[in-house]
Amino acid sequence: MTDSGGRKIGDVLLKVDNISLAFGGVRALNDVSFDIRAHEIRAIIGPNGAGKSSMLNVINGFYHPQKGTITFRDIARTDIGPYDAASRGIARTFQNIALFRGMSTLDNIMTGRLLKMKRNLLWQALYWGPAKAEEMEHRAAAERIIDFLEIQAIRKVPVGRLPYGLQKRVELGRALASEPDLLLLDEPMAGMNVEEKEDMCRFILDVNDEFGTTIALIEHDMGVVMDISDRVVVLDYGKKIADGTPDEVRGDQAVIDAYLGVSH
Amino acid sequence: MGFFFEVLFGGFLAGVLYALVALGFVLIFKASGVFNFAQGAMVLFAALSLVRLMEWMPIPLALLASVAIMIVFALAVERLVLRPLVNQEGIILFMATIGVSYFLDGFAQTVWGSEIYKLDIGLPNEPVMILESVFDGGVLVNTFDLAAAAIAGVLVLVLAIFFQKTRIGRALRAVADDHQAAQSVGIPLRDIWVIVWSTSGIVALVAGIVWGSALGVQFSIALVALKALPVLILGGFTSVPGAIIGGLIIGAGEKLAEVFIGPCFGGGIETWFGYVLALLFLLVRPQGLFGERIIERV
Repeated sequence: MTDSGGRKIGDVLLKVDNISLAFGGVRALNDVSFDIRAHEIRAIIGPNGAGKSSMLNVINGFYHPQKGTITFRDIARTDIGPYDAASRGIARTFQNIALFRGMSTLDNIMTGRLLKMKRNLLWQALYWGPAKAEEMEHRAAAERIIDFLEIQAIRKVPVGRLPYGLQKRVELGRALASEPDLLLLDEPMAGMNVEEKEDMCRFILDVNDEFGTTIALIEHDMGVVMDISDRVVVLDYGKKIADGTPDEVRGDQAVIDAYLGVSH
Repeated sequence: MGFFFEVLFGGFLAGVLYALVALGFVLIFKASGVFNFAQGAMVLFAALSLVRLMEWMPIPLALLASVAIMIVFALAVERLVLRPLVNQEGIILFMATIGVSYFLDGFAQTVWGSEIYKLDIGLPNEPVMILESVFDGGVLVNTFDLAAAAIAGVLVLVLAIFFQKTRIGRALRAVADDHQAAQSVGIPLRDIWVIVWSTSGIVALVAGIVWGSALGVQFSIALVALKALPVLILGGFTSVPGAIIGGLIIGAGEKLAEVFIGPCFGGGIETWFGYVLALLFLLVRPQGLFGERIIERV
């Protein structure tokens, strides 16, 4: 496969086959299939209401599709729960930031480590001696992420008080804290100014490059999408209308029609 | 002076009782951001279970069985009420707890009966004189008051260790803040809810034991939950120590006000003094003494 900047794009990590999802009479997704390869940056684009967020919600188990299978690391399932998804290495961020607003940046990032902590919650509750050393270890991991995202200065600030751009960054940090194999980003750059967008792009590329994390992202800024993604899948009205490299997708007539509107 | 302290100590006992009920509220509020209207009904249910089981079996066995009943109750609430309402607004969960409350009031009395039952698990109950060297005539207190205070103290200590010295505290706060985000980082929402509702049920049992021993086990102890409201406003909805301190302030305030300023109003101010105190407090410090700054109104 292609080789860009030291990372090797590998085999298929996640595959969705014939996914259909409806809410009552509204068909959010209609027979959608595509795959995501290890270590690649995969963009999902499409006009508003195309089913992009629904697709992410299916992948991480918030929504259960009526039809289709999701194959993650060679295990095929129709319906997984968010807990299963998280424990098998899928982390995500949300379109409308879903941070724990009353907690500090550090605590938010530490929640991302909960699954990495060895004993389950009840055990921790009953048995806290050795848990102390483990806590230190996880604290160190959280600090590495804080350094990586350059948010040292806001370590102790309750995230509810932070500006929007920084909240997005903290949310990325919490997702990274679980050391995911697959990272789902729902509009990571929405509502950001140019500088913040550039920073976020840099972080996404660095995560992909340094940790080899596979990334699937939804984004509306076409400049960004075309710049950073390896492959792009395009949805419109719940259907897949194109799939390929940024250059292929850019020239696709169906995509141009979907974005510009065309009289049928 | 001795009389003042007698009134004060009497107030503290009432305060300890309020605090025990308030604790149950705080636990569930911390873990789900929900004001659990059913806490009073849980106190009634737990106390009724214990008092009726004691007719059949020795006290320790009855205690264990009552704890088991409260855990089964927690599992049922999680399965039947909370699970279908994941990701809903706090106010919707609050409405659901009102339903749970009415159900439990009726269920408890249908299963266990609606008489007034005398509860005696062997708590000491005799008047003693203390501080005789300090005041002329000393201060008359009841050993029952001291036992109740000791029980509350132990309970708070255990809860503090459970929630602050373990990492469960962080998961709890995460769940209270945002269900969806908590699920996405892999916090097992269902386990957390069962743990918290069980703990809250056990706290309700302890409150039921102390209240039941003082007043007899009867329907009216379901209404003591209302007395916990001003306690929560004073102490803060999210603070375990706040529930205790708030309880003591309300309890002592009530009794002192009744005795020393009551006569100016013709008496009977004990029943509403706590609420007025809470109202004033809301104007000055809405998050309570120890609450987190970001709180939700109920």
